[in-house]
This record gives sequence, C-alpha cells and structure tokens, in this order.
Amino acid sequence: MTPVLSVRGLEKRFGAVVAADALNLDIATGQKVSLIGANGAGKTTFVNMVTGYLKPDSGSIELEGQDIASRSPRTVARLGISRSFQIPQLFVELTAAENLSVAVSGAQLRGLSFHSPAEADGRRQKTIELLERFGLDGLADRPIAELAGGIRKLIDIAMALVRRPKLLLLDEPTSGVSAEEKYAMMDRVIHAVAPDAATIVFVEHDMDIVSRYADRVVAFYQGRILADGLPSDVLKDVEVRRYVTGGAQ
Amino acid sequence: MILLVAAAALFGRVLPTWTLSLATIAASNALIALGIVILARTGNVSFGQGLFYAAGGYGVALIANAWGITDAVAQMLIGAICGGLLGLVIGPFIARYSGIFFGMLTLALSMVLYGALVKTTALGGSDGFNIGRPTLFGIVFTDTREADFMLYAVSVITTGLAGVAARILFRSELGLASLAVRENNLRVEYLGISSNWVITINFTIAAIFAGAAGAFALMAQRHIDPQFAYWTTSGEFVFVAVLAGYQSVAAVFVASLALELVRSFSNLYLPNTWQLVLGIFLLAVILFLPRGIGSLWIRQKRKRTYNPTLPPLAGQAQREAAQ
Repeated sequence: MTPVLSVRGLEKRFGAVVAADALNLDIATGQKVSLIGANGAGKTTFVNMVTGYLKPDSGSIELEGQDIASRSPRTVARLGISRSFQIPQLFVELTAAENLSVAVSGAQLRGLSFHSPAEADGRRQKTIELLERFGLDGLADRPIAELAGGIRKLIDIAMALVRRPKLLLLDEPTSGVSAEEKYAMMDRVIHAVAPDAATIVFVEHDMDIVSRYADRVVAFYQGRILADGLPSDVLKDVEVRRYVTGGAQ
Repeated sequence: MILLVAAAALFGRVLPTWTLSLATIAASNALIALGIVILARTGNVSFGQGLFYAAGGYGVALIANAWGITDAVAQMLIGAICGGLLGLVIGPFIARYSGIFFGMLTLALSMVLYGALVKTTALGGSDGFNIGRPTLFGIVFTDTREADFMLYAVSVITTGLAGVAARILFRSELGLASLAVRENNLRVEYLGISSNWVITINFTIAAIFAGAAGAFALMAQRHIDPQFAYWTTSGEFVFVAVLAGYQSVAAVFVASLALELVRSFSNLYLPNTWQLVLGIFLLAVILFLPRGIGSLWIRQKRKRTYNPTLPPLAGQAQREAAQ
C-alpha cells in the first residue's frame, strides 16, 4: 500500500545548522503520528518542507506517489496537505465565520466569485457546522482579535480542515493552552478532525499528550530521526530520554 | 442605491451651470478613488493611478480623433478598456510586491509615462491636444448647459453603477479574500488561493475605473496633456481614498465631493494658502477618523458584550482580559 507521505533523503541546512539530515520517513494512511524533539531539532522545518514553505536542499517528498518537493504552499494545499500553525495564522480583523469562509473559497474547485456573497446561506451553514464540531458555533460572529489563544488554535485547525485533507499537519496544537485545558483541547481536536482528516501528524512537546493521542512517535534530534515507533517504545528509548524528553515517562 | 443614483443624475437639472463641470470632475475623481479603495482592501495602495487615468484619456482622445467616435458612453468604455488592458499587463508583475515597494513602483510607472508623453511631439508634447464636444446616442448638444448636464448625468450614473458593482464585490468571495490577503497573504496561499491573483484582479478593476475616469476628465475639459499622468494628479486620488477609508462605497463619493468643496471654497477665500487648508482637513480626518469618513456610519458588527454561552476554552479569553 502506498504511504500517504513518503520522504527520502531529505536535507536542509541553514548555514552551519543542519535542520534536516538525510531524513527518511513513510507515513501510512490513518496514522496519528507525533513529531517530538527539543527546540531546534528540525520538527517545524520538516513540516515547512512538506507543506512547500521551505525547499529542501536535496531529497524527495511524495504525496501518494506524487513529488511535491518543489511545489508552492498553494499547490501543496490543493494536492491535499493542510496545516495549522504554532502561532495561529488567522485574519484577525475578520470574524471566525469569515475566516472559515475564506478557507471554503480556497477549497472550492472553481475560482473566486466576483458576485456570490461570501456568506451566502449554504456557505454560512458549512462554516457554522465546522465551528459546531469544535464547539465554537457561539463565536461565529466574533472577530478573531477578541478571541483567546486556545480558541484561535481551534479555528486555525478548523480552517486547515475545510479541504478535507489527505494529510493534516498540526504544529504544536496545545502550545499556549493551560495545562488543565490541554486534554480538553486535544479531545476536541481529535473528535473534530476525525471525520475529515484520514492522517494526522502533530508536533508536540507534552509527552502526556503524545502518549495518549499518537499511535506512532517520531523523535527528532539535530535534524535526524532518533527513534520511530510506538509511543510506549519510543518514549522509553534511552537516547530519546536523554536528548528529547529529559527523563519524562 | 440605483434610485439614489438616478436622483443624483436628475439633481443636475437644478444645479447651477458652473457646478455641473465641478460635479463631473468630482464624480470622475470618486470613480478613480473607488478603484484605489478596491485595491487598498488587499493592503496595497497605488500612488500612480495617473498612469491608467492618462492611458484612458489618451486612448479615448486618439481613437476619437482618428475614427471620429464622439459618443460619451463609447468614449467612457474605450477609456475603461485602455486602462483595464494596461492594468492586466502590469498587474501580474506588480502583484509580487507589497507595501511601499508596490506604491513606489506604481508611482515610477506613471512618471515614466509622464516623461514619455512630454517628449512625444506626435501627442502634443507637454501641451497635449484637444478633442471635440461629446455626443450621446447620436444627439449633438449645441447648448453648453445641455452638454454639461449630459456629461454630468453620464458620469454620475457610471460612477453610481460602479459603486453598486463595488458593493457587490466587497461582499463577494473575492472581496472577502481581498481582506484576507491584506491581513495575511501567506495564510491565504496555504488555503489554496493565489494572493497575487487576488491583487491582480483588484488592480485591474482599479485600472478600469481609472481609465473610465480619465475619459470623463477628457470629455469635461475637451483637452488632454501629460499632467494626467503626473504624480500630483495621482496624489489627489489617494487623498480622496484616504479620506474615504476602505469600508464604505458611499464614503468615496462623500470624500470626493468634500475634497472638491473644500478646495473650491478655500481657493475662493484663501487663494494663496488653499493647500494649507486642504492639508489641515486631511490631518483632521486622519486624526479623528483614522478609518476614513466611512467609519462614521459603518455599523460595527463586533458584539463586544460577554456571551454566557461561550465554550469552556473561551473562559481563557476572559481570564486573559482580566489580567
């Protein structure tokens, strides 16, 4: 079976810093993969290369067998990879529903209409349904500027989900959320994402979240993959404990 | 809105003759400023709309003299097409830039055209050249007031219809995407939308409006010269757009009329320092209405009251607000 994402010999350097050192990785459909590693280990660089924001120095990235290594973020998104951001990238002067409406416009096959109202009934219904899934329908008409960081994270993820992506990349979905709300937030994300995103890759620093929600863990260290496997195995790995988790678990 | 446009056009019947030409220019300025506002919704301001204004004006003047086309509506359409085609050529190239680079490039291009026009003797050089009085659907206007009224009515109706179109555009998918590009063009790309394409389309629409406005200015003055492309001409249009803000179509018309009135009266009472009055007027608007005149009546959709049905995570917002 062709993996949804296949990465071979991926390399990326920023001057003397090696952000990706001959990475090889296959991600099968339906997996929930967590990328872990200390700051600067290369997790976000990996996500940025997969989504077309950074061009790798060498190596290949294939989405269901199609090379996407030199594609732009727009093309990669159209091919079926969506992402959310560590710092939510939203349109802060627009409302939550308007933000999702822009995402709906981007997901449709035809171009942007010059005359169809952006918040026509059908489209409005679609955005409300999506917000409902995240438990945010009461906030549809609130400007993003008025919303808390956790809510913004959820809306950022909801926007990435509009395309029903083949692969959804979540960059630190629980960062900036208080410890007592992390599980609630992640529960909400997993529940909301399940119907639309077959495969999820999430960058995470909280090992409790990783062990509870991931069914595979990839540990990064200095641009290399240190360990790859089941959470129970990877989190017990001596090198992972030394370089990544610092003895957690 | 359409009734308002019709009423404004008929209002010209009772206006003094001297104001008809002023109102035609105000409508023409509003049309071009409307284009700037449409473009500004993508976060980019053109300081060189004189380029398309001149392209429309010169295009109409050359075609009118060469082929004898005198119809006002046809001339307006020719101006719009000339401006639009030029915008379509320049747009994709210029959309790759943003902020001050975008503004300065448009300014530079308009000054290149200005320089070329001044040096082109076949187009009358710095003196320009004249065209005949426009007609309408085969009707020749020999009476000056009737001719001025016809031009006033055509310009007001055209600008009004452009306003209606802009209102539809503002609420459309493209209109919302334009605001998104203004805020975060990279996120727009990640959503599968080309922000360059959005800017190009808005830029071209602004160029079409500027071309049509150039045609009206030409018809009103029956003369064209390189001043159409000069940077101070472009600056006036930006002035109107800044006064109006980017939220309301009606604000553009109010701002254009306000500018013409302030200029006329300050010129009348303070002939040597009227620019000072204009500057103070602009400063006052920027200071007290930073989002433009339109912000006076734009209904704020923001519901700032506490919503008790907020989900648990929203409690974080209240905590953050309380801290």
